[in-house]
Amino acid sequence: MTRRQQRMFGVGVVAIGIGLAVALTLVAFRKNLMAFYTPTDLVAATVPVGTTLRLGGMVEQGSVKRGDGLKVEFMLADCTHRVAVRYVGLLPDLFREGQGIVADGTLGADSVFVAHEVLAKHDENYMPPQVADAMKTPAGHSCAPFKPVGKPVTS
Amino acid sequence: MIAELGHIALILALGVAILQATLPLYGLRRGDERAVAAARSGAMTQFALVLLAYVCLSLAFANSDFSVIYVAANSHSDLPLMYRLSAVWGAHEGSLLLWVLMLAGWTLAVSIFNRNLPANVTALVLAVLGAISVGFLLFMLATSNPFARHFPVPAEGRDLNPLLQDPGLIIHPPMLYMGYVGFSVAFAFAISALLSGRLDTAWARWTRPWTTAAWAFLTLGVTLGSWWAYHELGWGGWWFWDPVENASFMPWLVGTALIHSLAVTEKRGLLKSWTVLLAILAFALSLLGTFLVRSGVLVSVHAFATDPARGVFILIFLAIVIGSALTLYAWRAARLSSPGELNFLSREGLLLFNNVFLAVAAFAVILGTLAPLVAEAFGHKLSVGPPFFNLVFPLLTFPLVILVGFSQRVPWKQGVFAETLRAVRWPALAAVVAGTALPVLLQDRWSWGAAAGAVLALWAMVTAVQEIWRRVRARSTVAEGLALVPRAVWGMSLAHFGLGVFVLGISQVSSFGAERDVRLAPGASATLGRFEFHLEAVKQTRGPNYDADVGTVRVERNGRAIATLHPEKRLYRAQQSVMTEAAVDHNLLRDVYVALGEPFDNGDWGIRLYYRPMMRLVWLGGVLAFLGGLLAISDRRYRLAQAAAAAARESTAPAVA
Repeated sequence: MTRRQQRMFGVGVVAIGIGLAVALTLVAFRKNLMAFYTPTDLVAATVPVGTTLRLGGMVEQGSVKRGDGLKVEFMLADCTHRVAVRYVGLLPDLFREGQGIVADGTLGADSVFVAHEVLAKHDENYMPPQVADAMKTPAGHSCAPFKPVGKPVTS
Repeated sequence: MIAELGHIALILALGVAILQATLPLYGLRRGDERAVAAARSGAMTQFALVLLAYVCLSLAFANSDFSVIYVAANSHSDLPLMYRLSAVWGAHEGSLLLWVLMLAGWTLAVSIFNRNLPANVTALVLAVLGAISVGFLLFMLATSNPFARHFPVPAEGRDLNPLLQDPGLIIHPPMLYMGYVGFSVAFAFAISALLSGRLDTAWARWTRPWTTAAWAFLTLGVTLGSWWAYHELGWGGWWFWDPVENASFMPWLVGTALIHSLAVTEKRGLLKSWTVLLAILAFALSLLGTFLVRSGVLVSVHAFATDPARGVFILIFLAIVIGSALTLYAWRAARLSSPGELNFLSREGLLLFNNVFLAVAAFAVILGTLAPLVAEAFGHKLSVGPPFFNLVFPLLTFPLVILVGFSQRVPWKQGVFAETLRAVRWPALAAVVAGTALPVLLQDRWSWGAAAGAVLALWAMVTAVQEIWRRVRARSTVAEGLALVPRAVWGMSLAHFGLGVFVLGISQVSSFGAERDVRLAPGASATLGRFEFHLEAVKQTRGPNYDADVGTVRVERNGRAIATLHPEKRLYRAQQSVMTEAAVDHNLLRDVYVALGEPFDNGDWGIRLYYRPMMRLVWLGGVLAFLGGLLAISDRRYRLAQAAAAAARESTAPAVA
């Protein structure tokens, strides 16, 4: 090969390498996007059982029930709907009733959301903006201080 | 009075910054030497004024002057003095002040250490730094004045966010900011090169130590941040791919690419325009990082709505800085021709590959971090979780670590393939054999990931040592050889060794780390792997500004006691917020980590247990890289470069005069 050919070959290899790396990154990116749902979204949408998604809302007052060991169940709600959530593990420091939280997990066949991670931000006044949006009524007002409203998704 | 003094100092600093940004340019255009020299005195005055403002704010905190809004919002009279002083950078306004102080400090350092550079270069660089300072001071004075007062004066402050009441948070932000702000120097050099059209080997040599210093501090800052999150957030994780973390990681990746491409520009005069682009991007991402974290933009674009003035200012400032820099780049970069060939099998060729991988990695982080923002602007809500990064990053890191070993051995200009392979055959063999055996030896278990990580890590470590050894062996005695290895090579090898240590830590902790959440009654115990945890008691204590439940957990390994840990659950009185203080027993080979979860009605406690093998190595690697960076900038050739520039100036001085 002449110098020039060598050079073109090298440039080609680099270009193909970058292209592949970027393509793989984008594929991985698409596969790992997690959509955010509010309880209302979850009721309205038909989410395939087993899809990982992120659910955000308020923990309903009086809904937290502890089970054996570290099992816990609670209702996650927005202004109009609520979803039962099941979780096994330690809850974050700021998890409490009336607090906005985010749970990653899957919707089970029995319409109970099985969380594998529960997140509450480390700030009393902080509410994830997506949850804050979810807590707005159609008129744009927040329905907090939160009171359970609407019909439950389960039962 | 003190607050007003600080406020006035900031206003004066703004005036000085404006002069510092404009007078030198005027002077260069008109050939007015006094105006050019104003850059240096401006840098000094500005530093003194900003330092004064900073001291004033610190005094307001030390005296718990709650008439200052910022102090009232972030301090409390029960807060220990140490935290009152570090609370200065605990929130938005004060951290901006720290940013500006660092910028003034770097500017002062440039004006002192670059005394011997050609006057026009130094003046241009200082003018650019002054312009950045103008932007920040304006931002602070217009939207985020830390000295604003309010009346009536509250009797008590609202206390510092308990998360920030931690030794890690005393040093982490200053180090991170040292890094962020440090890239402004590289940026200023890049802009001055574009303006003056002068970008040669000497330019690269002047820029390198500043860039390496900024990179070293950023490395330490990110490392400390990870260490802090690990023991303070109570989740036992050391990196969450959280947007706030990514904000510091993006400039780090680009900065790492920059210090490598600067090496090529210095030694071979190649990749000039790419180097300049990286210098601009590293600083742009630093700016983005600072703003994203502090303004709350990142969580959602909607956060702009909470303080529209701030958000709009930020956007405009970013647009001006990045936009004008990139426009200048587009206009002038074509002039920065790089004469000479670039062979792919040469050190510069391999460094080019290094840059390609780092750039793709930076692209991946930017994509994952900003995509939710962009999507939200179009009405979609989504998030990109750790799985994305955990999938993409190892794939991009593998080739980088493999390249490290080769690029130290391949000569500049043109390498010979067979010779290169021959030179690394023993390190490669050693890394493969020891790396494959390591998981079995330490864990009695095997995992492909752990073995592959260990092989790569050892490859980086062995080749780093080999690089030193090769130079030592070329001399007649070991002592002479060691003395003659340049500091830059020591620094590079140490940083690459640190990379190996870091990779080793990550691969082992992610392959063999174990965790368990349990519910224990006092007196009960739980096991995790070879470790047994006995919860002996949970007692209540009272701290200076919090009440705590303190657990006593006895840890045994194979029946032999190894540690007694005291994890805490604290309730900070002022903010009524609950914090988890994890307790960790650690050595180089493993961490054992216990965090208290929540109490149950019957007196049981939820407890989180972690086993993290080689956790310390992850941070040790970062610290070694930091030290390597410091060693590299102390290399004598940079001082020689200064001396050479001085000599050149002396000889041409009569002509100028």
